[in-house]
Amino acid sequence: MTALLRVKNMTHFFGGLRAVHNYNLNIAPRQIFGLIGPNGAGKTTIFNLITGVYTPTEGEILLENKNIKGLETNEIAAMGLGRTFQNLALWRHMNVVDHIRMAHYSQLDYGLFGAFFNSRACRDQENQVRENAHRLMELFDIGQYADHLVTSLPYGAQRRVEMARAMATKPKVLFLDEPTAGMTPDELVKMIRIIRQVHQDFNVAIFLIEHRMKFVMELCESIQTLVFGEIIAEGPPEEIQNNPQVIEAYLGKEDMT
Amino acid sequence: MGIAKKFRQIFSTVPMLGWFLGILTAVLIEYYWGYDYISYYLGLPKIPVLFGALIMLKEPMMIPGALAYDLVVYVIPVLLVAKLSSVFTNPGAAVLEKLPLWLSAVIHLVCFYAILHLWAGINDYRVLVVKLTLVSIILTVSVNVINGYQGEFSCSHPGFMALGAYVSSILTLMLFTNDKIFGTALLPPALGPYLFPVVLVAGGAAAAIGSLAVAIPSFRTRGDYLAIISLAFMFIVKSAIENLNIIGGARGMGGQPDFAPLPVIFFWTLLCIWVIHNFVNSILGKALNTVRDDEAAAESMTVKTRKTKMTAFMFGAFWAGIAGGLFAHVLTYINPGMFSINRLAEILAMVYFGGLNSIVGSIVGAVSINVLGEALRPLELFKWIIIPLILIFVMIFRPYGLISFTEINAKKLLEAKHKRQQGVSP
Repeated sequence: MTALLRVKNMTHFFGGLRAVHNYNLNIAPRQIFGLIGPNGAGKTTIFNLITGVYTPTEGEILLENKNIKGLETNEIAAMGLGRTFQNLALWRHMNVVDHIRMAHYSQLDYGLFGAFFNSRACRDQENQVRENAHRLMELFDIGQYADHLVTSLPYGAQRRVEMARAMATKPKVLFLDEPTAGMTPDELVKMIRIIRQVHQDFNVAIFLIEHRMKFVMELCESIQTLVFGEIIAEGPPEEIQNNPQVIEAYLGKEDMT
Repeated sequence: MGIAKKFRQIFSTVPMLGWFLGILTAVLIEYYWGYDYISYYLGLPKIPVLFGALIMLKEPMMIPGALAYDLVVYVIPVLLVAKLSSVFTNPGAAVLEKLPLWLSAVIHLVCFYAILHLWAGINDYRVLVVKLTLVSIILTVSVNVINGYQGEFSCSHPGFMALGAYVSSILTLMLFTNDKIFGTALLPPALGPYLFPVVLVAGGAAAAIGSLAVAIPSFRTRGDYLAIISLAFMFIVKSAIENLNIIGGARGMGGQPDFAPLPVIFFWTLLCIWVIHNFVNSILGKALNTVRDDEAAAESMTVKTRKTKMTAFMFGAFWAGIAGGLFAHVLTYINPGMFSINRLAEILAMVYFGGLNSIVGSIVGAVSINVLGEALRPLELFKWIIIPLILIFVMIFRPYGLISFTEINAKKLLEAKHKRQQGVSP
């Protein structure tokens, strides 16, 4: 089986602090992969390392067998790693449709002077982007908010805007950083449905960080558990659920008296 | 409140064309009867230049006369003609609506220019005020690209303006005039007005290249730090010019040929507004907003943030350079002192008063601060108390400026306004 995204022996230091140690990852096409671990284990750091926010001290990152380590974040994103953020990172003065439009940035080639003088190429491409944006908004059930500022949207809808925006970059692997954080049970159910749908319709692999066990167990085909920057267990959900080390990491050691 | 509402309701049926017709009438009345009859009978020494503001502040005895003049010449004809003519200006606007939008916009702008030309033509002072206001519009819109759309606090605009002004002045002096410093004209002076756009663009390009000195530090610093760097840039440009004796040093440089009559400046202002409007509404231009609001998210959404920042600075500086070039050829004299902290304060006041992230806001800001500045001139020192006070109130009640985060909607602006009847379907 050829891996879509492969990380080999990645290690990263923040000054003298070893944040991630000897991390390995293999994501196959169309796989839904989960990353769990207690607070401060380094999950988001791993996301940032793979998507190019930080450059790892050691190790290799391969997307479709091309090395992407050391590239700029926007280049990596354009190559096919889309992501959402743990604490929503929306542009607060922009409306919803502009968010989705913006994410098409790397797919345009009309150039600056095309934009200045509103050339034919510019108009054509912008129209196409607009159509695509409206299709995505319908899919994520945010079409009714198109002209609203993102800050005026309910929380769940903001999460969906972020996901729609990530999908507009045409990712091959979608990184979701705690997609259900702070959601009500209703919104949670909707989110599971949407993630499933995205997975089906767009043919993407999904790599997600999550704290809600129910959510992870239901969605993921394979799960890694990260503690203090190291993977302590990896396998299908049932296996992870019953792994004593995982239970210990999450709940602490059982008192044997 | 009730009167304002009623007023708005009555005039909601007047299309842009109707307003133009009303203003045209007022201007024609002033043109033909303003001096001979109206100001004579009202006891005014001459036609009040800025709606009587100057004369009212200088001689309080003239207040009733000046107000009456405004009423008779401007208010009554404009309102009356605009309202009455809506019977046929509405169908007219409806016809124009069927044309492509750009054509309809061009027709409107030509009408607008004709009226402006006629109004300003009454005396030279008005022409100068209008010219400087148009230059300020270019400046303000270009600052808005950096300070509004891109959200940096850049203080380097007078520097960019100076670069544009000096480079284009040197070129015109060298190429088209017999000058003490640069010797005889290298090209026939008759070519001047035709090659003036090239000279201006060269000035703009010089400013754009100069802006790299601020753009490159902006990759790493934001906020206060960038403000300090850009302020330093402004002072460096100023003192560099002061110490270059070959271009006049602190004494300045004069004798530029008058290549910038009103139509030329009007054209450049429109070009500037059009290009910047296109840019900020395209995805490449919206990238400025994403960098302002969340740079990390922008990077993750494939936006090339470095390129975006550089574009914003170079683009804004280019138009500041153009404005500087026009400015130099309007005044036909420049000195480094013009491009200092006072200019900066004026520019920032116009941008933040008018509204961030909005071209309409910039136009409103530039026009109101300029006209206000001229109108309050007789108050001398008190002018600098009143204008800042107004600014403070704007900042308290509208922190982002009068008209922020709004874009021009040409279609809506120019459309025919039909009577909206309540309860009766057409």
